Amino acid sequence: MTPTATSPALVMGPVLYNWPVDRWADFLAQVADEVDVDRVHVGEVVCSKREPFYADRLPEVIERLQRGGKTVVVDTLALVTVKRERQLVADLAALDGVEIEINDPTPLATLAPGRRFAVSPLVNVYNEGTLGWLAARGAWSVCLPPELPLVSVEALAREGTRLGIETQVFAFGRLPLAISGRCYHARIHGLAKDSCRYVCAEDPDGLEVDTLDGEAFLSINGVQTLSQDCATVIGEIDALLSAGVNAFRLSPQTGDMKAVAATFRDRLAGRIDDAEALARLAAAELKVPRGPSMMRRAWVPAGATGA
Amino acid sequence: MNQVATLVRPELVCPAGTPAALRTAVEAGADAVYCGFRDETNARNFPGLNFSAQELTDSIRFAHDHGSKVLVAINTFPRAGGETLWHEAVAKAEGAGADAVILADLGLVAHAAAKHPKLRLHLSVQAAASNPDVIRFWAETFGIKRVVLPRVLTVPEIAAINAEIPCETEVFVFGGLCVMAEGRCSLSSHCTGKSPNMNGVCSPPSHVVYREEGDELVAELGGFTIDRTPKGVPAPYPTLCKGRFTAGSYSGHVFEDPVSLDAAQLIPPLIDAGVTAFKIEGRQRSRAYTQAVVAAFRKAVDDHMAGRPIAADMTKRLAEGQTTTSGAYKKTWR
Repeated sequence: MTPTATSPALVMGPVLYNWPVDRWADFLAQVADEVDVDRVHVGEVVCSKREPFYADRLPEVIERLQRGGKTVVVDTLALVTVKRERQLVADLAALDGVEIEINDPTPLATLAPGRRFAVSPLVNVYNEGTLGWLAARGAWSVCLPPELPLVSVEALAREGTRLGIETQVFAFGRLPLAISGRCYHARIHGLAKDSCRYVCAEDPDGLEVDTLDGEAFLSINGVQTLSQDCATVIGEIDALLSAGVNAFRLSPQTGDMKAVAATFRDRLAGRIDDAEALARLAAAELKVPRGPSMMRRAWVPAGATGA
Repeated sequence: MNQVATLVRPELVCPAGTPAALRTAVEAGADAVYCGFRDETNARNFPGLNFSAQELTDSIRFAHDHGSKVLVAINTFPRAGGETLWHEAVAKAEGAGADAVILADLGLVAHAAAKHPKLRLHLSVQAAASNPDVIRFWAETFGIKRVVLPRVLTVPEIAAINAEIPCETEVFVFGGLCVMAEGRCSLSSHCTGKSPNMNGVCSPPSHVVYREEGDELVAELGGFTIDRTPKGVPAPYPTLCKGRFTAGSYSGHVFEDPVSLDAAQLIPPLIDAGVTAFKIEGRQRSRAYTQAVVAAFRKAVDDHMAGRPIAADMTKRLAEGQTTTSGAYKKTWR
C-alpha cells in the first residue's frame, strides 16, 4: 500500500462532476480493469444533492475496483452544512474496511481515535505544524493544496518523509479553486440551488467561464469553481520525487484518462522524458494542459496559446 | 414570554486598520475591535495598514481604558518553513494584552492552545467551520471559545448550529462579501499568484491594470479581463468573483454582482438565533467610514435592545452607492 521511494503511487481522484450514474459506473469499471493506477477515489465531494444517484451503486463499484487490484478510498463532502450532509459524513467516518479521505475537518469530530484517514487537496495544509497535527491524529496520506508553491511542496514532502506519511500532489486535471454555498450552475440558469434541476449534469467537465475578451479562464461545477485548463506537474516530476513526493493524483475528466495514467506511469518510472510525456498528454483528447499554474508558472507547451 | 427581557446584549466587533481607526471605532461604540500585525500573518495585509507590536500595546491600553476589547487577527495560513513568524505573532498579541486571537490554521491553533493556554482563541471565518460537528471538534480539541461563521449559512442554519455547540458564534453583518467559503478559495492565487490564505490579499491592486479601449474602460487582474465598463460609468474594483464573464449562453456576473453585505435588518433574528457577536468588515477602510458604520450599528443594536425597530434606511448611505445583499442568510441567495 505505502509506495516505496522507487515506485510512487498513481492515484485516480474522485469524479468531481455530475456524470450520469451509468457513465460514472462505466468509467470506474474501465479504471478497475484497464487503467494503470494503484488507488481510486470514489464518493461525492462537491454537492450532496448528487449523492443519492450514486449511493446504491457504490458497493458494486467499490467491489469491482478491488477485484481489479485497486485500493479504494471513499471521499467525504467538501462543504458540510445541513443535517443530511452531517449524517453522510458521520456514516462514512464510521465505515469499516475501506480507506476514507476527508475534504474538510468535519470528519475529525467523529473519526475514532486510531482510525487512519487520507487528507484531500481541499483541506488547508500549508505548513509543518498542520501536517504534523494531522499525522498524529491518523493521517497516512496528505494531498497538498494546488495553491502551494513548489518550495512549500518540497518542504512539506520532506516533513512527510520524516513523519512517515505519504505526500501526494494534485498532478493532473482542472485545479479545484473554490467551493461556495451558492450554486453557479443554478444561478446562471436563473434557478436557485434548492430547485436546480441538476443543470450541472449538462457539463461533464464543468461549464467553461471565459473573460469578456473570450479568453479561457475558469470553469464552474455546481458550487465548485475550477481552473479551465488542465494543470500538470509533468516538468516538475524530478524535483517532486527528490523532495519525497510519493503519490500523484490524476483528476478524472472526459478524454482518455487511461492514456493520462500510462503517461504518468512511464514518466515516473523514467521511461519517457518530459517532452514525450507532454506530447502524449496533448494527444489524450483533453484540454491543452498549460502546466502547474500555481506551483510554477513557467511552462507553456508548444502550440498552446494564451497565458 | 417577553422575549426582550431575555435578550443577551450582543457584542459589536468592529474593524481597525490603524491605531487611529481603532480609537475612532472605540469612541463610536465598538464593544470590541479587531486588528492585525503589519505583516503576512493577517488577512488584510495591505500597504500602510495594520499595527506594530508597540502600537498594538498602546491601542489595547486605550481600548481597555474605554471598556472595549481588542481581538488580534492572525488568520493567514503559515508558510512552510516560516511558521516562527506566526508563532511570534501569537506571543506578541498575548504580550500586548489582547483579549483574544483570531486564528484559521489548524497547526497554529494547536500551537496556540499548547503554548498559550491562558489566551482566548477565536476561530477565524477563514477556517470555514460550517456545521456543529466541526465546531465541536475545534472547541473540544483546542478550547476555541468563539467561531466566526462562514458566509454560507442561512439564519435558521445558524440557529441550529448554536443549539448544538459549546462555544459562541460571531457573524458578519456589514461590508465586503466573500462569495466562496472563506479560506477555501484560491481564485486570486490562480490569477495573480497572491492569495488570502498565503499572502493576506485578494485581487491585489498591484495586479490591477485599467486600460481604455474605444468607449470602454477595461479592468484587468493578472492579465485577465475582469470587467468592461462604458466610459463615464463608475467602474467597480475588479475583485475576481464580482467580475463579468461569459459561461455558455450567459454573459454577466457569473459568481456575484458587485454587491456588499448588509444584514442590519437581520440583527433581531440573528440575536434570536443565538449569535453572540456581530462583525463589521473593512479594516482597509477610512476612519470616516469606520466612524459612520460603527455608530450606525451601535444605534441599531441599542435600538433593538431597547425594543425599538431598526431604521430601515440606516445603512443605505454607508454602502456608498453600492448595491447590498443579505447574502447567504437568506436561502434564495444560493
